[in-house]
Amino acid sequence: MTEFLSAVAEQSFLQMSLLAGLLASLGCGVMGTFVVVKRITFLAGGIAHSVLAGMGAAVYFGFDPLLGALMAAIVSALLIGWIRLNWKTQEDTLIGAIWAMGMAIGLLFISQTPGYASSLTSYLFGNILLVPEQDVWFMAILDLLLLLVVGLFYRQFLAVIFDEEFARLRGVPVSFFYLLLLCLIAVTVVLLIHVVGLILVIALLTLPAAIAGHYVHSLGGMMLIATVLGSSFTVGGLALSYSPNLPAGPTIILLAGSAYVLSAIFSHYRLRRRARQSLSMP
Amino acid sequence: MNKVIELEKVSFSYGLVPVLQAIDFSVKEGEFLGIVGPNAGGKSTLLKLILGLLKPQTGNITVLGKKPTQQRTQIGYVPQYPGFARDFPITVKQTVLLGRLGASRMLGRYTEADHLAVQQALGELEAQDLAERPISALSGGQLQRILLARALVSEPKILILDEPTANIDMRLETDIFTHLRELNKRLTILVVSHDVAFISDYVSRVACLNRTLVCHQTDAIDGKLIQDLYGEPVRRVAHAH
Repeated sequence: MTEFLSAVAEQSFLQMSLLAGLLASLGCGVMGTFVVVKRITFLAGGIAHSVLAGMGAAVYFGFDPLLGALMAAIVSALLIGWIRLNWKTQEDTLIGAIWAMGMAIGLLFISQTPGYASSLTSYLFGNILLVPEQDVWFMAILDLLLLLVVGLFYRQFLAVIFDEEFARLRGVPVSFFYLLLLCLIAVTVVLLIHVVGLILVIALLTLPAAIAGHYVHSLGGMMLIATVLGSSFTVGGLALSYSPNLPAGPTIILLAGSAYVLSAIFSHYRLRRRARQSLSMP
Repeated sequence: MNKVIELEKVSFSYGLVPVLQAIDFSVKEGEFLGIVGPNAGGKSTLLKLILGLLKPQTGNITVLGKKPTQQRTQIGYVPQYPGFARDFPITVKQTVLLGRLGASRMLGRYTEADHLAVQQALGELEAQDLAERPISALSGGQLQRILLARALVSEPKILILDEPTANIDMRLETDIFTHLRELNKRLTILVVSHDVAFISDYVSRVACLNRTLVCHQTDAIDGKLIQDLYGEPVRRVAHAH
């Protein structure tokens, strides 16, 4: 651990990695809470995986993979949202199809780009030690955008994820805000790609918020705790993996996953104990 | 008196299944109207048409002189089943505040007026002490009062309730209807119930619905009518909960 700390002090690439991790945690704390509470993990997974199409196209045509990822994420969010709103009977099959087709398109593009096969692993599983400074700036801008939109329309988002029918009756344009929410989730997915890669995104997006949900009963509280937890997992995973030279992404996910399992068991028994106590009271 | 809700020859079907046929029906300002009828008689569908959540295949609906979708924010609605998960992480106060959307400003936070309206609505229903509770900790009767507060907080002109007492006990049922009678002094109220005998003590008029409008009148409902409606004799005292 001391080795990691002194490395952070000396190496600017590690400082960039930490900064990227913290920026990503902010996004996943805020948007992950919406995903967990609205129970749309599967939708978010579909958006995350189909992002590979955009990244593959980007390396093939020679532009920034992160920009390609952002465009693919938005397109896939709108497509999946449209299916969810208008084609409910076959929703899960269609989203599964988009999930796999997005990855297939990405793999085909990458296979046709000479010398890029090695970058495939870092798209899929992340490579937080190699975040270019300009990408950190890009992530900061995405975070800012995310916070601004959520801050301005917090009540509308809350209304839509809480009770769609009632929101519609209060004159809230439900479809618009639902699609906007999915687009913001798409932005978050892009934020997380460097940290854990698009395959593991879904875990870092949902686990911190789900743990927070075990202990607090407000959306704002969940967002705050999830952000703090996400930061701890990212920094902790980075520190743990540094000396033994393990890949950081999987270490971060295992840390988050173990914390979630422990928390789920703990809160289950806490709830049972409370139920017993309330029964034994006169 | 002005007609606040008007339906002309309205028919509606889900797919091939006809639910409502040729409904002519109107509600006047200040009325307390009960809609009764058997299950699957189209009562909830009628409400959803008035709220603009469904569109009739034929016929015409006007609410306060305009199309239903344009007047949604003028209506307070209490659904039969809440459209949210009971374990959603939200307090009573936040839930009722959401009823202010559409009356409040579009961007940013709630205003002072929004908070005041919530306090007033909770006070009117004697539920101030529930304000900071998470909704997961409410009993059925408390939840019903909160849903009513959420509908009232936007200061609507019309209040529409779908089986407001289906999931609560008899004493609370009387409570809710006493509240409604008080509210009727300033609001037009439309309430759906399967319980003919009970609501006839409170409402000013009853409409009976079983795919078509079986009756639509001010007179007291007699046994013959109930038999027409349900297809079999119903004991009026039957009020088991």
